[in-house]
Amino acid sequence: MATLQYILKRLTLMIPTFLLVMVIIFLLVRFLPGDPALAIAGDRASDADLAAIRDRLGLNEPAWVQFWLFLTNTVQGDLGTSILMRTEVLDVVFQRLPTTAFLTVYAVGLSVLIAGPMAFVAALNRGRWPDTVIRTVFQVGLSMPVFYIGLVLLTFLAAQLRWFPVGGYGEGFVSHLYHLFLPAFTVALYTSAIILRNLRSAIIEVLDAEYVQFARAKGLPNRVILGRHVLRNALISTVTLLGLSIGNLMSGTLVTETVFAVPGLGRLMLEAIFARDYPLIQGLTLTFAVLVSLVFLLTDLFQSSLDPRMRLS
Amino acid sequence: MSDTAVSSSAPSRPSRLQLALGKPGFLIGCLIIALSTLLALMPNVFAPYDPNYIDYLAIRQPPSWAHPFGTDSLGRDSFSRVIHAYRVNMQMAILATVFALVIGVVVGALVGYYRGIADMIFGRVVDAIITFPFLVLVIAVVAVLGPGLINMYIAITMVGWVYYARLMRAEIIAQMGNDYSDAGMVMGYSDRRIIFRHLLPNAITPVLIYWMTDMALAILLGSSLGYLGLGAQPPQAEWGVLIAEGRNFITTAWWLSLMPGIAIVLTGLGFSLIGDGLADLLRPRG
Amino acid sequence: MEQTPILEVEGLCTTFGRGGQTLPALRDVSFTVGEGEVLGLVGESGSGKSVTLRSVLGLARRYGEVTGSVRWQGQELITKSERDLRPIRGRDIAMIFQEPMTSLNPLLTVGQQLVETLQAHTDLSRKARRDRAIEMLDLVGIPAAASRLTDYPHQFSGGMRQRVMIAIALAASPKLLLADEPTTALDVTIQAQILDLILRLSSDMKMGVIMVTHDLGVVAQTCDRVAVMYAGRIVEQGPVRQVLRDPHHAYTVGLMQSVPEGVAPRTQLYSIPGTPPSLAHLPPGCAFAPRCAASTEACLATRPALLRVSEDRQLACFNPKNQTKGCAA
Ligand SMILES: Nc1ncnc2c1ncn2[C@@H]1O[C@H](COP(=O)(O)OP(=O)(O)OP(=O)(O)O)[C@@H](O)[C@H]1O
Ligand code: SF4
Ligand SMILES: [Mg+2]
Repeated sequence: MATLQYILKRLTLMIPTFLLVMVIIFLLVRFLPGDPALAIAGDRASDADLAAIRDRLGLNEPAWVQFWLFLTNTVQGDLGTSILMRTEVLDVVFQRLPTTAFLTVYAVGLSVLIAGPMAFVAALNRGRWPDTVIRTVFQVGLSMPVFYIGLVLLTFLAAQLRWFPVGGYGEGFVSHLYHLFLPAFTVALYTSAIILRNLRSAIIEVLDAEYVQFARAKGLPNRVILGRHVLRNALISTVTLLGLSIGNLMSGTLVTETVFAVPGLGRLMLEAIFARDYPLIQGLTLTFAVLVSLVFLLTDLFQSSLDPRMRLS
Repeated sequence: MSDTAVSSSAPSRPSRLQLALGKPGFLIGCLIIALSTLLALMPNVFAPYDPNYIDYLAIRQPPSWAHPFGTDSLGRDSFSRVIHAYRVNMQMAILATVFALVIGVVVGALVGYYRGIADMIFGRVVDAIITFPFLVLVIAVVAVLGPGLINMYIAITMVGWVYYARLMRAEIIAQMGNDYSDAGMVMGYSDRRIIFRHLLPNAITPVLIYWMTDMALAILLGSSLGYLGLGAQPPQAEWGVLIAEGRNFITTAWWLSLMPGIAIVLTGLGFSLIGDGLADLLRPRG
Repeated sequence: MEQTPILEVEGLCTTFGRGGQTLPALRDVSFTVGEGEVLGLVGESGSGKSVTLRSVLGLARRYGEVTGSVRWQGQELITKSERDLRPIRGRDIAMIFQEPMTSLNPLLTVGQQLVETLQAHTDLSRKARRDRAIEMLDLVGIPAAASRLTDYPHQFSGGMRQRVMIAIALAASPKLLLADEPTTALDVTIQAQILDLILRLSSDMKMGVIMVTHDLGVVAQTCDRVAVMYAGRIVEQGPVRQVLRDPHHAYTVGLMQSVPEGVAPRTQLYSIPGTPPSLAHLPPGCAFAPRCAASTEACLATRPALLRVSEDRQLACFNPKNQTKGCAA
């Protein structure tokens, strides 16, 4: 109950932010040189089509009326029609969403598996060689663009060694896991590089915390000290950091989907851009914003369920 | 261990510069960036060929003495193209960041100093912009403006200034907690003088450190957009573009994408190493 | 109290390394604690009291180099591995930390943190551990103890947290308690109650205690012997009555002339002029010399060693007060 109230409160707080998000998306298309109706309908549109679009978007009305129309249409789920797909934008989005969601969750999972243990090893060996090696490797990793990591993995593990498929999404859960391993791993490498340094210092901070010293003074077994006192606190930092990096992670997903030909929202976005499919671009931009907000909310909820100080009462 | 923090400060400790120079990372970073700058300023001195000279008789040749990194599908010398790309890619590090830096610093300083309604609006704008994944917003803007380098710089600036402004605002507010700005007000200095002469110089350090990191990011972002076809356009020699050109031959003519990749990683590493070194150099210690 | 000591510390040195320089936090610290004996450890902030306790328990070596000898019931602890120290920590030697606000894990309930000590050191059943936990909370004066086991530290005030920490430390009936300012966060009545509890356990269970405190009043009431620390060394040591009645070291005299009242933790309490020296830049001679009214040439040149001046008193000073026998160095 308290959780539900909290969620509602959070959602209410998000309203002004989302109004601005809508303004930004609205303005995007208003920047278009030339006739927006022509851009939105595509080159092959008939005069009747153009008139219909002008009417629907209120292009003959003042700007604020146009914005209001855009807002109400969007809230009702009417994101317009994709020129490229010739269907409702919302339908296209829902059709591609599961793939991207799968890839993102997969990548988050792998990031935790990579960055978590590495940060732990580095923190526990602070200043000694394992720490130096891990930090150096991840710093170099941080300088590698996602598309390049993807390309290298694609070439060697998929094209040369044929351990993984070179693209696609597959059918069924296991096949998805298999098909998306390299794309998810690519994003995970990049995300790990982003969070590793902060995660390492967060873990060091926990290891040095007075309550961990006190746990040591109590003569608890090492397993209990690390598993119970350190890991839990470190988990909160991990979740926070991953939550904050979700924008980066999704940027990575977008590029990776293109490199690995994964039929998700990111690749669709690029297709839409090259096709100058403005309704689709708008719709996808909004979708990404909604996804990021959802992740922020989930991060918050997860944090408060882990940390009694933040527990909702 | 708050009760056991070292409070004593020793006069004989090594100077900041010594500390930074003592770190191999910082030195390596400076070296890489110095070299890169040199290549960017005078590519002709280092590149053996004209980067756009097409030779249909020497298509996709493997590395040899004549072409140390082979040739591409049009017979252009790979090595020369990568060297010439230094100019545009190093330019990215500056042009994709410097306007965002200036706008961000000014806006951040103003809203941090005056707070009030402007600050509230600013807060909302920040919230809204960070709700978009960075790349999504940038390519959406590029989509509207059309692909190309200039539009890419505009797009990155339109999104990127927020991060500088946010950092600057926080620093200004922290600085205003210190006495000397109060002293400035008491002495009747103008707002402009307090902000730009007193607060800003003290608050700008973390922003400059971030700038270095951001330059590394700008190169990664710029080459990514080049790769995706939204940044520099062929036949312009740019690392992302070069990698995209070599993509289809990556198993047969791997050298085409290897060298630009190395160039990206090295330059990115250079900037981030300098960023780390600067952080050690400038951040208050104790 | 003339038994064989349970804890013998000899030549304990703890050095922290930091940014290329070394901080000698403890230099040549030696003392003993007997069964059921209460040793007071006093000194200004930064004199090394907490580091002494942490070094005894093997907690300081993660952050610095610890040398010398710490013998617990005849066994050397300094060379023991973490694993071998574990059964000693918490069961034989327990410690109360100085900072009640940060020493409890915010993510675990108070009950969990109490019970885990019992779990590590006793073979009590689940139910028995819970009962013991309630008993301990009750003992340190936490009202409605049973219902508070499932509360988290942030639901307790600072004073309450300190009592929880004391309950945790005492839970496994240790033979030696290292108490780092155990009562500073408590109000006067609770303070008396806690000190009573510690003293009772000390005499009933023959628990030795090292009591770190800023409050010489507490020392007078509770301790058998007292050691005075300055800049990482013990400068004077002896039976409480003798030292307080007849202090030999100028620093001890200074401490006594400024008996604090209403002490808040870690505040500068003593009105001795000057400040303690930086550990990174200790003078070659007596560390107290710059602040000492009785200092002479010798004090600046050579460091006075801690020597016996009477049957059970030790002193490190060239020009002792109230004493005829000089301390030859
Ligand atoms: N982990 C550490 N790293 C570096 N220096 C330390 C560390 N722990 C303690 N010190 C230093 O050792 C010295 C002694 O500290 P200690 O905490 O023992 O003082 P104290 O006598 O307990 O003081 P207080 O009354 O304030 O608690 C201080 O100078 C402190 O800064
Ligand atoms: S040795 Fe000298 S300086 Fe030190 S306390 Fe004694 S008299 Fe003072
Ligand atoms: Mg202390």
